[in-house]
Amino acid sequence: MLHPITSNHYLVLSAAMLIIGTLGVLTRRNIVIVLMSIELILNAVNINLVTMSHHWQNLHGQVFAIFVITVAVAEAAIGLGILIALFRNKETVQADEIDLLKW
Amino acid sequence: MLDTIFFYVFALLTIGGAIATITRRSAMHSALSLIVSLLGVAGLYLLQKAEFLFAVQIVLYIGGIMVLFLFVIMLVNLDQAAKERQFNRQWLLGLVASVLVGAQMVWMLNSAGVLSLPAAVPAPAATGPGNIEALADLLFREYLLPFEVASLLLLVAIVGSVMMAKKTS
Repeated sequence: MLHPITSNHYLVLSAAMLIIGTLGVLTRRNIVIVLMSIELILNAVNINLVTMSHHWQNLHGQVFAIFVITVAVAEAAIGLGILIALFRNKETVQADEIDLLKW
Repeated sequence: MLDTIFFYVFALLTIGGAIATITRRSAMHSALSLIVSLLGVAGLYLLQKAEFLFAVQIVLYIGGIMVLFLFVIMLVNLDQAAKERQFNRQWLLGLVASVLVGAQMVWMLNSAGVLSLPAAVPAPAATGPGNIEALADLLFREYLLPFEVASLLLLVAIVGSVMMAKKTS
Protein backbone atom coordinates (compact mmCIF):
# COMPACT_ATOMS: atom_id res chain seq x y z
CA MET A 1 0.00 0.00 0.00
CA LEU A 2 1.04 3.64 -0.04
CA HIS A 3 3.85 4.69 2.27
CA PRO A 4 3.04 7.23 4.95
CA ILE A 5 4.17 10.71 3.99
CA THR A 6 7.39 11.89 5.60
CA SER A 7 9.34 15.13 5.34
CA ASN A 8 11.48 13.55 2.61
CA HIS A 9 8.52 13.53 0.23
CA TYR A 10 8.17 17.28 0.68
CA LEU A 11 11.91 17.83 0.20
CA VAL A 12 11.95 15.90 -3.08
CA LEU A 13 8.81 17.71 -4.25
CA SER A 14 10.37 21.09 -3.53
CA ALA A 15 13.60 20.07 -5.30
CA ALA A 16 11.54 19.09 -8.36
CA MET A 17 9.68 22.39 -8.28
CA LEU A 18 12.95 24.32 -7.98
CA ILE A 19 14.35 22.53 -11.02
CA ILE A 20 11.21 23.23 -13.06
CA GLY A 21 11.44 26.91 -12.12
CA THR A 22 15.14 27.06 -13.02
CA LEU A 23 14.36 25.42 -16.36
CA GLY A 24 11.74 28.09 -17.03
CA VAL A 25 14.16 30.92 -16.21
CA LEU A 26 16.90 29.44 -18.39
CA THR A 27 14.91 28.47 -21.46
CA ARG A 28 11.85 30.70 -21.93
CA ARG A 29 12.01 33.83 -24.06
CA ASN A 30 8.89 35.57 -22.80
CA ILE A 31 9.85 37.80 -19.85
CA VAL A 32 6.44 37.46 -18.17
CA ILE A 33 6.89 33.69 -18.03
CA VAL A 34 10.45 34.10 -16.74
CA LEU A 35 9.06 36.20 -13.88
CA MET A 36 6.46 33.48 -13.17
CA SER A 37 9.24 30.88 -13.07
CA ILE A 38 10.98 32.97 -10.41
CA GLU A 39 7.76 32.78 -8.39
CA LEU A 40 7.93 28.97 -8.75
CA ILE A 41 11.49 28.94 -7.39
CA LEU A 42 10.53 31.08 -4.39
CA ASN A 43 7.58 28.78 -3.69
CA ALA A 44 9.86 25.75 -3.74
CA VAL A 45 12.03 27.45 -1.11
CA ASN A 46 8.94 28.16 0.98
CA ILE A 47 7.85 24.51 0.86
CA ASN A 48 11.27 23.57 2.17
CA LEU A 49 11.11 26.11 5.01
CA VAL A 50 7.63 25.03 6.07
CA THR A 51 8.59 21.35 5.89
CA MET A 52 11.56 21.86 8.17
CA SER A 53 9.49 24.05 10.46
CA HIS A 54 6.95 21.22 10.74
CA HIS A 55 9.64 18.57 11.10
CA TRP A 56 11.35 20.21 14.07
CA GLN A 57 8.19 21.84 15.47
CA ASN A 58 9.98 25.18 15.30
CA LEU A 59 8.08 28.22 14.05
CA HIS A 60 11.11 30.23 12.96
CA GLY A 61 10.96 28.58 9.54
CA GLN A 62 7.43 29.86 8.98
CA VAL A 63 8.46 33.39 9.97
CA PHE A 64 11.24 33.17 7.42
CA ALA A 65 8.73 31.99 4.81
CA ILE A 66 6.70 35.13 5.48
CA PHE A 67 9.78 37.25 4.75
CA VAL A 68 10.42 35.28 1.56
CA ILE A 69 6.84 36.01 0.46
CA THR A 70 7.37 39.72 1.22
CA VAL A 71 10.49 39.81 -0.96
CA ALA A 72 8.64 37.89 -3.70
CA VAL A 73 5.88 40.51 -3.70
CA ALA A 74 8.39 43.36 -3.96
CA GLU A 75 10.26 41.54 -6.71
CA ALA A 76 7.10 40.89 -8.74
CA ALA A 77 5.95 44.51 -8.45
CA ILE A 78 9.33 45.93 -9.50
CA GLY A 79 9.81 43.31 -12.23
CA LEU A 80 6.45 44.01 -13.80
CA GLY A 81 7.08 47.77 -13.56
CA ILE A 82 10.37 47.31 -15.40
CA LEU A 83 8.59 45.12 -17.96
CA ILE A 84 6.02 47.84 -18.69
CA ALA A 85 8.75 50.48 -19.06
CA LEU A 86 10.68 48.10 -21.33
CA PHE A 87 7.67 47.36 -23.51
CA ARG A 88 6.99 51.07 -23.88
CA ASN A 89 10.54 51.67 -25.13
CA LYS A 90 11.40 48.54 -27.12
CA GLU A 91 8.00 47.06 -28.11
CA THR A 92 9.18 43.55 -27.26
CA VAL A 93 8.83 41.12 -24.37
CA GLN A 94 11.36 38.58 -25.63
CA ALA A 95 14.34 38.30 -23.32
CA ASP A 96 16.89 37.56 -26.05
CA GLU A 97 15.94 40.62 -28.09
CA ILE A 98 17.12 42.92 -25.32
CA ASP A 99 20.81 42.55 -26.05
CA LEU A 100 22.16 46.07 -25.73
CA LEU A 101 24.85 44.95 -23.28
CA LYS A 102 25.88 41.94 -25.32
CA TRP A 103 29.39 41.81 -26.72
CA MET B 1 -4.03 7.29 4.93
CA LEU B 2 -6.12 10.33 4.07
CA ASP B 3 -3.00 12.47 4.51
CA THR B 4 -1.21 10.36 1.92
CA ILE B 5 -3.97 10.79 -0.64
CA PHE B 6 -4.16 14.53 -0.04
CA PHE B 7 -0.39 14.85 -0.33
CA TYR B 8 -0.35 13.15 -3.71
CA VAL B 9 -3.30 15.22 -4.97
CA PHE B 10 -1.63 18.48 -3.94
CA ALA B 11 1.76 17.34 -5.22
CA LEU B 12 0.18 16.52 -8.58
CA LEU B 13 -1.46 19.97 -8.71
CA THR B 14 1.84 21.63 -7.79
CA ILE B 15 4.11 19.81 -10.23
CA GLY B 16 1.54 19.62 -13.04
CA GLY B 17 0.80 23.32 -12.74
CA ALA B 18 4.51 24.14 -12.65
CA ILE B 19 5.23 22.12 -15.79
CA ALA B 20 2.29 23.69 -17.59
CA THR B 21 3.50 27.15 -16.51
CA ILE B 22 6.83 26.82 -18.27
CA THR B 23 5.56 25.01 -21.37
CA ARG B 24 2.40 26.88 -22.42
CA ARG B 25 2.60 29.15 -25.44
CA SER B 26 0.19 31.81 -24.23
CA ALA B 27 1.23 33.81 -21.17
CA MET B 28 -2.38 33.85 -19.98
CA HIS B 29 -2.49 30.04 -19.90
CA SER B 30 0.84 30.07 -18.05
CA ALA B 31 -0.56 32.42 -15.42
CA LEU B 32 -3.65 30.24 -14.91
CA SER B 33 -1.45 27.13 -14.56
CA LEU B 34 0.68 28.99 -12.03
CA ILE B 35 -2.47 29.71 -10.01
CA VAL B 36 -3.22 25.96 -9.96
CA SER B 37 0.35 25.28 -8.84
CA LEU B 38 0.16 27.88 -6.06
CA LEU B 39 -3.13 26.37 -4.89
CA GLY B 40 -1.36 23.02 -4.61
CA VAL B 41 1.39 24.64 -2.53
CA ALA B 42 -1.28 26.20 -0.29
CA GLY B 43 -2.72 22.72 0.25
CA LEU B 44 0.72 21.42 1.19
CA TYR B 45 1.02 24.21 3.79
CA LEU B 46 -2.31 23.16 5.25
CA LEU B 47 -1.17 19.53 5.45
CA GLN B 48 1.84 20.71 7.46
CA LYS B 49 -0.29 22.68 9.93
CA ALA B 50 0.86 26.08 8.68
CA GLU B 51 -2.61 27.62 8.61
CA PHE B 52 -1.45 31.22 8.51
CA LEU B 53 0.81 30.63 5.53
CA PHE B 54 -2.06 28.79 3.82
CA ALA B 55 -4.22 31.89 4.12
CA VAL B 56 -1.36 34.18 3.10
CA GLN B 57 -0.63 32.00 0.08
CA ILE B 58 -4.19 32.26 -1.18
CA VAL B 59 -4.89 35.90 -0.31
CA LEU B 60 -1.50 37.33 -1.21
CA TYR B 61 -0.14 35.08 -3.93
CA ILE B 62 -3.27 34.12 -5.81
CA GLY B 63 -5.28 37.21 -4.92
CA GLY B 64 -2.47 39.73 -5.17
CA ILE B 65 0.54 38.74 -7.21
CA MET B 66 -1.29 36.67 -9.79
CA VAL B 67 -3.88 39.40 -10.39
CA LEU B 68 -0.97 41.80 -10.90
CA PHE B 69 0.49 39.36 -13.43
CA LEU B 70 -2.86 39.05 -15.23
CA PHE B 71 -3.19 42.84 -15.39
CA VAL B 72 0.26 43.18 -16.91
CA ILE B 73 -0.41 40.38 -19.41
CA MET B 74 -3.53 42.23 -20.55
CA LEU B 75 -1.73 45.60 -20.53
CA VAL B 76 1.24 44.42 -22.58
CA ASN B 77 0.44 43.12 -26.03
CA LEU B 78 1.60 39.49 -26.04
CA ASP B 79 -0.21 38.30 -29.18
CA GLN B 80 2.91 38.71 -31.29
CA ALA B 81 5.07 36.95 -28.68
CA ALA B 82 2.75 33.93 -28.64
CA LYS B 83 3.30 33.38 -32.36
CA GLU B 84 7.09 33.45 -32.18
CA ARG B 85 9.64 30.89 -31.04
CA GLN B 86 9.00 30.13 -27.34
CA PHE B 87 12.39 28.85 -26.22
CA ASN B 88 15.70 30.62 -26.67
CA ARG B 89 18.64 29.21 -28.58
CA GLN B 90 20.38 27.87 -25.47
CA TRP B 91 17.39 25.79 -24.39
CA LEU B 92 19.26 22.47 -24.72
CA LEU B 93 22.13 23.76 -22.60
CA GLY B 94 19.63 25.05 -20.04
CA LEU B 95 17.83 21.70 -19.95
CA VAL B 96 21.07 19.75 -19.47
CA ALA B 97 22.30 22.18 -16.81
CA SER B 98 19.11 22.07 -14.75
CA VAL B 99 18.79 18.28 -15.00
CA LEU B 100 22.41 18.01 -13.86
CA VAL B 101 21.79 20.35 -10.93
CA GLY B 102 18.67 18.36 -10.05
CA ALA B 103 20.55 15.04 -10.10
CA GLN B 104 23.33 16.61 -8.04
CA MET B 105 20.80 17.91 -5.54
CA VAL B 106 19.16 14.51 -5.06
CA TRP B 107 22.58 12.85 -4.82
CA MET B 108 23.73 15.38 -2.23
CA LEU B 109 20.53 15.09 -0.20
CA ASN B 110 21.02 11.33 -0.24
CA SER B 111 24.71 11.22 0.64
CA ALA B 112 24.52 13.96 3.27
CA GLY B 113 21.83 11.90 4.98
CA VAL B 114 19.17 14.58 4.63
CA LEU B 115 16.81 12.07 3.02
CA SER B 116 17.06 9.94 6.16
CA LEU B 117 16.24 12.66 8.65
CA PRO B 118 15.84 11.79 12.29
CA ALA B 119 12.25 11.16 13.22
CA ALA B 120 10.04 14.23 13.25
CA VAL B 121 9.43 15.94 16.56
CA PRO B 122 5.91 14.96 17.56
CA ALA B 123 3.40 17.77 17.56
CA PRO B 124 2.48 18.98 21.04
CA ALA B 125 -1.04 18.47 22.26
CA ALA B 126 -3.37 21.13 20.92
CA THR B 127 -3.69 23.05 24.17
CA GLY B 128 -1.19 25.85 23.51
CA PRO B 129 -1.74 28.87 21.32
CA GLY B 130 -2.74 28.21 17.73
CA ASN B 131 -0.52 28.62 14.70
CA ILE B 132 -1.44 32.25 14.03
CA GLU B 133 -1.08 33.32 17.65
CA ALA B 134 2.30 31.62 18.06
CA LEU B 135 3.50 33.09 14.78
CA ALA B 136 2.39 36.59 15.79
CA ASP B 137 4.21 36.25 19.11
CA LEU B 138 7.41 35.34 17.33
CA LEU B 139 7.02 37.93 14.58
CA PHE B 140 6.28 40.90 16.84
CA ARG B 141 8.80 40.05 19.56
CA GLU B 142 11.92 38.35 18.22
CA TYR B 143 11.55 39.48 14.60
CA LEU B 144 10.26 43.01 15.19
CA LEU B 145 13.18 44.77 13.50
CA PRO B 146 13.16 42.54 10.36
CA PHE B 147 9.39 43.03 10.23
CA GLU B 148 9.78 46.81 10.15
CA VAL B 149 12.57 46.55 7.57
CA ALA B 150 10.22 44.42 5.43
CA SER B 151 7.60 47.17 5.56
CA LEU B 152 10.24 49.66 4.45
CA LEU B 153 11.15 47.31 1.59
CA LEU B 154 7.51 47.22 0.49
CA LEU B 155 7.32 51.02 0.56
CA VAL B 156 10.44 51.26 -1.60
CA ALA B 157 8.99 48.66 -3.97
CA ILE B 158 5.73 50.61 -4.34
CA VAL B 159 7.53 53.88 -5.08
CA GLY B 160 9.98 52.12 -7.40
CA SER B 161 7.34 50.33 -9.45
CA VAL B 162 5.31 53.54 -9.83
CA MET B 163 8.45 55.33 -10.99
CA MET B 164 9.19 52.54 -13.47
CA ALA B 165 5.72 52.33 -14.96
CA LYS B 166 5.12 56.09 -15.04
CA LYS B 167 4.99 57.73 -18.45
CA THR B 168 7.98 60.00 -18.85
CA SER B 169 7.30 63.19 -20.76
